[in-house]
Amino acid sequence: MVDLRLKAQQGAFRLEIQCALTAPWTVVFGPSGAGKSTLLRLIAGLDRPDSGRIAIHGEYVTDTEIGLNRPPGRRSTGLVAQQSALFPHLSVSANVGYGLALFSYAARQQRVSAMLELVGGEGLADRSPRALSGGEAQRVSLARALAPMPRLLLLDEPLSALDADARDQVLTRLQAWLREENIQAILVTHDAADALATEAEVALLHEGKLAALGPASEVLAMERKRLLARLGSS
Amino acid sequence: MDWQAFALTLKLAAITTAILLCLAIPLAAWLALGRSRWRILAEALTGLPLVLPPTVLGFYLLVLLGPRTGFGRALAAVLGHPLAFSFAGLVVGSVIYSLPFAVQPIVAGFAATDSSLIDAARMLGAGPIRLVRTVLIPLAGRSLLTAAILSFLHTMGEFGVVLMLGGDIPGATRTLSLVLFNQVEDFDYIAANRTAALLLVFCVMALVVVYARPRNLASGSASERRGGRNG
Repeated sequence: MVDLRLKAQQGAFRLEIQCALTAPWTVVFGPSGAGKSTLLRLIAGLDRPDSGRIAIHGEYVTDTEIGLNRPPGRRSTGLVAQQSALFPHLSVSANVGYGLALFSYAARQQRVSAMLELVGGEGLADRSPRALSGGEAQRVSLARALAPMPRLLLLDEPLSALDADARDQVLTRLQAWLREENIQAILVTHDAADALATEAEVALLHEGKLAALGPASEVLAMERKRLLARLGSS
Repeated sequence: MDWQAFALTLKLAAITTAILLCLAIPLAAWLALGRSRWRILAEALTGLPLVLPPTVLGFYLLVLLGPRTGFGRALAAVLGHPLAFSFAGLVVGSVIYSLPFAVQPIVAGFAATDSSLIDAARMLGAGPIRLVRTVLIPLAGRSLLTAAILSFLHTMGEFGVVLMLGGDIPGATRTLSLVLFNQVEDFDYIAANRTAALLLVFCVMALVVVYARPRNLASGSASERRGGRNG
């Protein structure tokens, strides 16, 4: 469970959110500029809120009142962004194993192979990131974030470079694996199809505020009603 | 040709460059990535030798490291000799004098690293030292090479600090720049020409290395961005 009570100002944009995300798979949905990526960065610890607190599975990782802000690497949280951000000077295998510094060589190699297999990236281990396609790079980036087995996985439109079939395939395998390993996931998307495709709880963001939170069918129905009402009044 | 001065100059430049790289890498990482409000002051102080007359820097170091101050006396007691007018004192002066030539290229290289790579390393548990060692240094190879060569050359050519702080002691503090100055003062233009030409050729060759650096030493950020757009 992720418990949030946040206020953050970035230029003219203001994010103000208070909610508890309890579902194993939550989709944060909203238009561009709604604050979805900002929210993920705050949860990941890459940015600091002006005020508020964040608890992941009951453990506070940010609390501005007492000056607590755990570094990103100490939150047991993985992040996969739209930009794959693979280290270009390391092989795919070294990229996936980067977060496994404390593992023995054999254990690291075993985990790297398992993660690449999970995302459908078998055979990429010895390649350079420069030799990967956009879709392959995103698969490797996902494997890298999963390798340390975080308690929480943050996905910011992570498979946008894959075609719809390949994306559905990876997402289905990923969801089953996350369920098995008891890892909570929060997926950011601006694509309503992504939000409806999964049996997810949907958090609808609008101009930095949480407009609705609940099952996809209910939240997106409310959104549809709101749009229809706006059309009717104009 | 004063080969003793040439060897001393190379030794001074090599030791200064090695010390500068050790100091400049962590300092540059802090300047490029840190969020402290003291960064601006630190950056200004680091760049001060660029604009401060070398004789001013040499004078203050001479006073600080000499017997007039408690610090200089304490240092002399520990080392058994005063730092002023010694090779070790010259190294201290050279490190301070060439600091911006080491720090600024490295800051530029670190700051140009794709921020998403830094975020990724931090998310995967890299602390500041691992981040610098495994991501920033490998991707800023070109900047490190530039910093090393510029520091080396700048130290080779320094004059004011050497004269103020080191005097002109053969085998201890007499560098090629001082030799050239002495040769001109003695109207020995043929010898001065040889010394000047040696410094000139050395500097040109080193700068050719800087500008002809292999492309694969470039920051990986640009190539990463290009790679990420592939189908």
